[in-house]
Amino acid sequence: MVAEKRQIVIPGETIVSGNEFLPGDGVYRDGDDVVAGVYGIVNVFEKHVRVSPISGAYYPRRGNTIIGTIVDITFNGWLIDFGGAQNAFLPVAEVPRYINKNEMQEFLDFGESVIIKVWDVKSRGVDVSMKMRGYGKIGGGMIISVGPNKVPRIIGKEGSMVKLIKGATGCDITVGQNGKVWIYGKDTDSEVTARKIIEFIADNVTVAGLTKKVENFIRELGLKTGSVEIIAEDTDGGEQ
Amino acid sequence: MAKGLYTKRNSGRKMDEVRPMSAKVGIVPSADGSAMFETGKTRAIAVVRGPRTLHPQHLQNAQTGILRVSYGMMPFSVSDRIRPGPNRRSEEISKVSEWALSSVVDLSGFPNTVVDVFIQIPQADAGTRVAGLNAAAMALAHAGIPMKEMVSAIGVGKIDKTLVVDLDKYEDSDYHEGEGSTDIPVVVTSRTKNVALLQLDGKISIPEFKETMEMAKKACNEILKVQMEALKNIGGSNE
Repeated sequence: MVAEKRQIVIPGETIVSGNEFLPGDGVYRDGDDVVAGVYGIVNVFEKHVRVSPISGAYYPRRGNTIIGTIVDITFNGWLIDFGGAQNAFLPVAEVPRYINKNEMQEFLDFGESVIIKVWDVKSRGVDVSMKMRGYGKIGGGMIISVGPNKVPRIIGKEGSMVKLIKGATGCDITVGQNGKVWIYGKDTDSEVTARKIIEFIADNVTVAGLTKKVENFIRELGLKTGSVEIIAEDTDGGEQ
Repeated sequence: MAKGLYTKRNSGRKMDEVRPMSAKVGIVPSADGSAMFETGKTRAIAVVRGPRTLHPQHLQNAQTGILRVSYGMMPFSVSDRIRPGPNRRSEEISKVSEWALSSVVDLSGFPNTVVDVFIQIPQADAGTRVAGLNAAAMALAHAGIPMKEMVSAIGVGKIDKTLVVDLDKYEDSDYHEGEGSTDIPVVVTSRTKNVALLQLDGKISIPEFKETMEMAKKACNEILKVQMEALKNIGGSNE
């Protein structure tokens, strides 16, 4: 069996045979065969074989931008629920300002939402940071949940889809890889419109030529698809 | 093959013929993984949630995630009403299904977590545990759970002196002539062709048993094709 590009495999299926291939994520070696260990799409790069899941729960990977909620405060950091198997840990040291350990909830309190970056993924948990630009506490707007498997379509190629929505509504949009989207606009109306567009994309992820459809949908809502003033330029929801 | 009373199947099928099957993946959009599997009049749906943190904490395993399977028949699944809620039979099937699926899933990457598999039978015509397992295997794959291989399950057996595949309700519980009926649910793994579950209700000789196992393995290959088809033709839809 020779692997085709973007072929879907099921667990236990032989992807390629031969000792020269290197098994990566989601695959294992059984004798000469490289076998899928998870349901997903095959990626063969040079001799490196891996399978990336196309459905299911969100599994954090290093470098991901995620949106979560503070669920616990410990003596040296915060625990954040981001919809994964375990909670993420944000140490005091990974916060961009000095924190008095006696007054940690002054900075981040229970139930508050944050945009964070996955720093390290271990089997016991996830370490996160918010020391870089574009990360931090969410202080307004709305967070909607679309599911992790729709994120690539909402971001679009090199962030094109997010740019389109930002341009049409004037809202600032951050897409978390865990399937949560933060929308922040001048007023609630523009935020609601942005949500409508994102939900439209989420309902049509399988459609080919989605950008055209979204442009039409935006026009139906009575908005322009050209560039409108954007209130904040520096979010990085665009990077996959 | 000794001559028996059961020379022609009630349903008109050949002795080694399985009922018409269909399968679908992603039937519950809010779940992490879901699937439906149907053979004849038996239909099973399976929903997977997780991995998620396991509570109460004392049930957690710090070395690996655990699998928890719950099987249940819906009250309207048979012509008599079934009292909803767990009973001795459903607890047993939950447990054996859990063992069968545990042999292929690998949750070592998710310590202290649980993966819940819910199997429900909306319509029953015998072979519900195997239909449930077929659906559960697809739902686990769909949930992106690491698995060494898939599993396929089938009920085989003996009716009077005749060996058959995929018993229906009449053959399983209503046939009492001659030697009566023997029912053997078998779960076969997709790659190594190992047996992950084997139960036997009735009487059968060793040579006959060996023959039924061969029939089961052949039928499981057919089932695997249906499961594979459903998973591959998902078209990136749902969830």
